[in-house]
Amino acid sequence: MDLNTLWFILIGILFVGYFILEGFDLGVGIWLPFLGKNDTHRRMIINTIGPHWDGNEVWLITAGGAMFAAFPGWYATLFSSFYLPLLIMLLALIVRGVALEFRSKHDSLRWRSFWDWSICIGSLLPALLWGVAFANFIRGIPIDATKNFVGSFWDLINIYSLLGGLVTLTGFMLQGALFLSLKAAEPIQSIARYAASRIWVVATAVLIAAVIATYFFTDILQKLGVNPGPVPIGAVAAVLVCGWFIRQKRDGWAFAVNSLAILFTAATSFMILYPRVLVSILDPNFSLTIYNSASGPQTLRIMSTVALIFVPIVLVYQGWSYWVFRKRITADPSDLHY
Amino acid sequence: MDPTTGILSQWQFAITSIYHFFFVPLTLGLSVLVAIMETMYFRTGQVMFKRMTKFWGNLFIINFAMGVVTGIVQEFQFGMNWSEYSRYVGDVFGAPLAIEALLAFFLESTFLGLWIFGWDKLSKGMHLAAIWLVAIGSTLSAYWILVANSFMQSPVGFVEENGRLVLQDFGALLTNPYVWGQFPHTIFSGYTTGAFFVIGISAYHILRRHQSDLFKRSFQIAAVFGVIAVFLVVLVGHNQAQRMVQLQPMKIAAAEGLLETEDPASFSLLTIIDQKTLTPRVSIRIPRVLSLLAYNRLDGEVKGVNELQAAFEAQQGPGNYIPSIWATYWAFRAMVGTGFLMLLLAAYALYRTMRNQLTAKTWLLGIFPFALFLPYLANTSGWILTELGRQPWVVYNYMRTADAFSPSLTPGMVIASLVSFTLVYGLLMGADIFLLAKYARAGAEPAGEKRTVEEETYWE
Repeated sequence: MDLNTLWFILIGILFVGYFILEGFDLGVGIWLPFLGKNDTHRRMIINTIGPHWDGNEVWLITAGGAMFAAFPGWYATLFSSFYLPLLIMLLALIVRGVALEFRSKHDSLRWRSFWDWSICIGSLLPALLWGVAFANFIRGIPIDATKNFVGSFWDLINIYSLLGGLVTLTGFMLQGALFLSLKAAEPIQSIARYAASRIWVVATAVLIAAVIATYFFTDILQKLGVNPGPVPIGAVAAVLVCGWFIRQKRDGWAFAVNSLAILFTAATSFMILYPRVLVSILDPNFSLTIYNSASGPQTLRIMSTVALIFVPIVLVYQGWSYWVFRKRITADPSDLHY
Repeated sequence: MDPTTGILSQWQFAITSIYHFFFVPLTLGLSVLVAIMETMYFRTGQVMFKRMTKFWGNLFIINFAMGVVTGIVQEFQFGMNWSEYSRYVGDVFGAPLAIEALLAFFLESTFLGLWIFGWDKLSKGMHLAAIWLVAIGSTLSAYWILVANSFMQSPVGFVEENGRLVLQDFGALLTNPYVWGQFPHTIFSGYTTGAFFVIGISAYHILRRHQSDLFKRSFQIAAVFGVIAVFLVVLVGHNQAQRMVQLQPMKIAAAEGLLETEDPASFSLLTIIDQKTLTPRVSIRIPRVLSLLAYNRLDGEVKGVNELQAAFEAQQGPGNYIPSIWATYWAFRAMVGTGFLMLLLAAYALYRTMRNQLTAKTWLLGIFPFALFLPYLANTSGWILTELGRQPWVVYNYMRTADAFSPSLTPGMVIASLVSFTLVYGLLMGADIFLLAKYARAGAEPAGEKRTVEEETYWE
């Protein structure tokens, strides 16, 4: 395996990590005003993600940085092509992050309600936009011979990309509801479990529709990077098993298999792409690949060494922080820091 | 490619960077100060130190959140608005950014989460370790991002291949002489910001005789820390300026309003230059002092704007290689002027606390709550000097800012982002200052902790 492929996989792993982790905190954020009926309940909900959301977001920052370092061409074209969606995502993430930190620091109903809705909308927009972006990655966008995007914002909005947006939106909402049922004490636990069972129906339907649509809207049948074979079926299967666990009230297992579904869904996208990173719908020769958009071997070697040493360390201490905060959040004031 | 897109993108980058850097220096300084306070709690077991840690820690958290969210914008903007730049330098420039995220951001965010939520869940020692790791993470982050910025200022460790820069010597990138001026200067500026923040708010409470013990002690810690920090900022800054004479002579010439090369070179007391005609309107200068500053002796040549412009034209082709003299000149003076004022104030703060006279002569102590804003002025003008003084280059001598922006953008798109960032940032700044002021005024929580839980219904 060459270093270019290694870095493609590493960036894939960073995105998968980001979707599984931030997936639940975005989901929890979306549910917040709907599942929390009074201030204590809302604080319980927020405190389940309190110690984690910021660390989860670093997965995205690292994915972006790794893309910049290993594939500057990919980073440059992707970020400038998706200018307006990324602008919306940034504004959403900014407002949401600040809202999480600020909402409980002032005792006023209007203040808290304003930030709660900011958390909700600021979580919903990124959850939707990630799917829109990934659907466009595999469907292709108008990229010219100079590797520049020549379309407009409206080229990024189509039935397939909106379906992709619904996949991540409902998938993350499911992930968030499952996390809440796992991490919050009663009464939030039961409320969240009920929410999970409802959104599961939608998430499953949307995912199946998206998998089928992928065969119609992309060049998957003619020009596969790596045949994803059973992986997309695995995603659907994992979601189905998740539904069974939800009914059995086995919150931990349900959360784990839904994480698996997210992994399989993201992996499918990356497999369809490989070795391309951005597909041009104008001419296959204009597509960006892990070779024509990559940094030189020197940078890739150094970055590989750094990643090899520090990714395991990060995993250990971030894992440890989840262990420290393994207990359910109750209504007790000592649990409510936010 | 509409050049307006580039100019608007430049404004956006300037506004978002300056805004981001309102929060970063306080994070750098206050994380260390809070860590020192918690260390005192750990060693003495006195509850006062715990209350102190929590009080300043709360202000730290409010500030930190703003730094984090505005930081993501910075990382994304390179690709969004400056895709040509990203393509051209990504091989070299991307690596420190990725390493910053992996080494510093994970550390900062994970351990800050553990620190905020872990008071009852971690042992005292682990909890203390968490805040120190946050401080270390912030410092590491400053180093890596400044490695990247220093590359733009003084590119090293690369070769140009097929129209882009390719990394050749990673060690040279890390040991770039430029970063070893910029990094300590930034770190100590951050410590200064933290110190003046603590001194200012403590003085406010001391003047009101509110929780005097706690705030006198805070004042004392910050005064000692602050004097050392400001002194080091000035020292490193002097060294940096000397290096600038070698590495970026145009920046120094512009910042000094020096049109013609001089030996010995004069220092400007007040110079106003017409940028269009390059003629001085006012010029009051002290002979020899610029040479003294540049070389630590009374003579030595400092090149002027005109000669440097001619040299650039000979080497790089026709063009305008002169940055805004007005902006660099005044930014330089604002930075250095506030720097020395802060040195004076920090020394005075130390004197008062050493003599144990914090409650006497209150009118002089009343300066400190206002002095809290001085580091912000110095930090901002420092970055204006650094970044504007590098123009027209985005990568010094290699790429012009005008060639760096994303060709796929239209001015309308950048106006949309520029306006929305400015509005959202403005709103958040309002909320941030409101909360900081509220918590700063309220003081530390009383020794016996109590919380009120209100039950308000949103639905039904």
